[in-house]
Amino acid sequence: MSQYEVTFAGFGGQGIMTAGQLLAYTGMNAGKQVAWIPSYGPEMRGGTAYCTVVVSDERIGSPIINRPQGICVFNRPSLDKFGPRVKPGGLLIINSSLVDATSDRDDIQVLEIPANDIAQKAGSGKATNMVVLGAFVGATGIVEFDKLKETLTEKMGRKKDLLQINYKALDEGYELGRKAKEEKVKG
Amino acid sequence: MAKILMKGNEAIGEAAVRAGGLHYFAYPITPQSEVGEYLVKRLPEVGGVFVQAESEVAVGNMLFGAAASGKRVFTTSSSPGISLMQEAISYIAGAHLPAVFINIVRGGPGLGGILPAQSDYFQATKGGGHGDYRLLVLAPSTVQEAVDLVMLAFDLAHKYLNPVMVLGDGMIGQMMEAVEFPESIKETDDPMTMDWPATGCEGRDPRIIKSLYLDPQALEKNSFALADKYKKMKEEEVRYELYKVKDDCQVLLISYGTMARICQTVIDEMEEEGVSVGLLRPITLFPFPENEIREQAWKENIRAVLSVEMSTGQMVEDVDKAVQGRKPVEFYGRTGGIVPSPEEVKDYILKILGKK
Repeated sequence: MSQYEVTFAGFGGQGIMTAGQLLAYTGMNAGKQVAWIPSYGPEMRGGTAYCTVVVSDERIGSPIINRPQGICVFNRPSLDKFGPRVKPGGLLIINSSLVDATSDRDDIQVLEIPANDIAQKAGSGKATNMVVLGAFVGATGIVEFDKLKETLTEKMGRKKDLLQINYKALDEGYELGRKAKEEKVKG
Repeated sequence: MAKILMKGNEAIGEAAVRAGGLHYFAYPITPQSEVGEYLVKRLPEVGGVFVQAESEVAVGNMLFGAAASGKRVFTTSSSPGISLMQEAISYIAGAHLPAVFINIVRGGPGLGGILPAQSDYFQATKGGGHGDYRLLVLAPSTVQEAVDLVMLAFDLAHKYLNPVMVLGDGMIGQMMEAVEFPESIKETDDPMTMDWPATGCEGRDPRIIKSLYLDPQALEKNSFALADKYKKMKEEEVRYELYKVKDDCQVLLISYGTMARICQTVIDEMEEEGVSVGLLRPITLFPFPENEIREQAWKENIRAVLSVEMSTGQMVEDVDKAVQGRKPVEFYGRTGGIVPSPEEVKDYILKILGKK
């Protein structure tokens, strides 16, 4: 990998920005070049939110990424807006708890994950973003999973009870992502 | 110090603190309000002060007064706010005072929009205020460079006793990247040891800090003294970076700030497709790397020079002047908050080369 770009997209409040930041922090801790670019503009509470993370071995050029290799959509409007933009050969993760549709593209890998349901079972629906992030890291291996958990501990170390829920959410997501990757390799 | 991940606006605030800029006057405006949010907590920790003024007009005049004390003073704002400060900027320059203005540019004119733009190039480099003055203008293209240039801005403002502007854009302000700071806050010179600030005139003659000279001889003398400083800046402060400028380059791109990063991607992608393009990225917009652009542009292999900007064409006038008509100077730009994609810049380059 020389450079990987991923967009997280959903409603404001779904932890989109946090998921992206955690990935960027992890990349930085692993010695990579990283950039985290938020959507910013006239936004409203409850409106759409998205951010793009670039993880690279080299100096990062354009921070504007129109066709990222990976896109994680947390809600239906994000699927409609971003689904078509995944780079051919890339990965689309759909939060199937809230999105009742899928992508008909056959030139990308599509992974549907009931992230809200998994997060609920792990202890809090608020950890939905961690389920998706875990699945993304499992399916792509962009950063080491252990490094991701280390970074989460570093960022949330003081909130012990929440940390356990987030660990669990990450683990569950990671397993689904890893399995999908293995299946893809097997073809 | 280890690298930390920081939003451009917050990193700019911390950079100012590390440079000893402990006197901050500002009025909030998107897309740079996070600088104030950061500094309102940070400055009291280090004995600094943040005054939120009632308007940008007041900010400019507070800076004028504070700068006269010899301390390191600064403000951050965005385009419409910087416009309101122009009168004070002219006075500060006329009075030979050091102050740092950080402009996180948004689309204009008027209230415009809140998305990134480079449409304040003329205002920054040619003087938005009245009179024979210039700002030294620094243009970062990454969050780390924003940190480095903000710190440099204070040193240069005090070296030349002239206002210095850091010209960023909304993208630099909003983006998060890994940054490194110096370990500690810079020890700055004590104004009591300087020969110009207003420090109380006990035991010495009063110093007069002003920009009003009713005697034309005296006003001309002051203006030529300013001109001498700008000449020295041209000799000593030109900064730029070359990216993949090689002997087989057909097109030389000139681009700064966020736009230059997009050009970097364009160059990398075109290299893979077998088209050699190079970039000269001005880091100082004034003084402008005029001689350096001419030297590169005049090379035999260069077929055209292309100024790529997030404006309808401003820096291109300086590029044109540098190239002196020896090579075609082209322009490509988007504005109003639209950042050109690598694809559209690539298409334009191919068009210049007659390949599309």
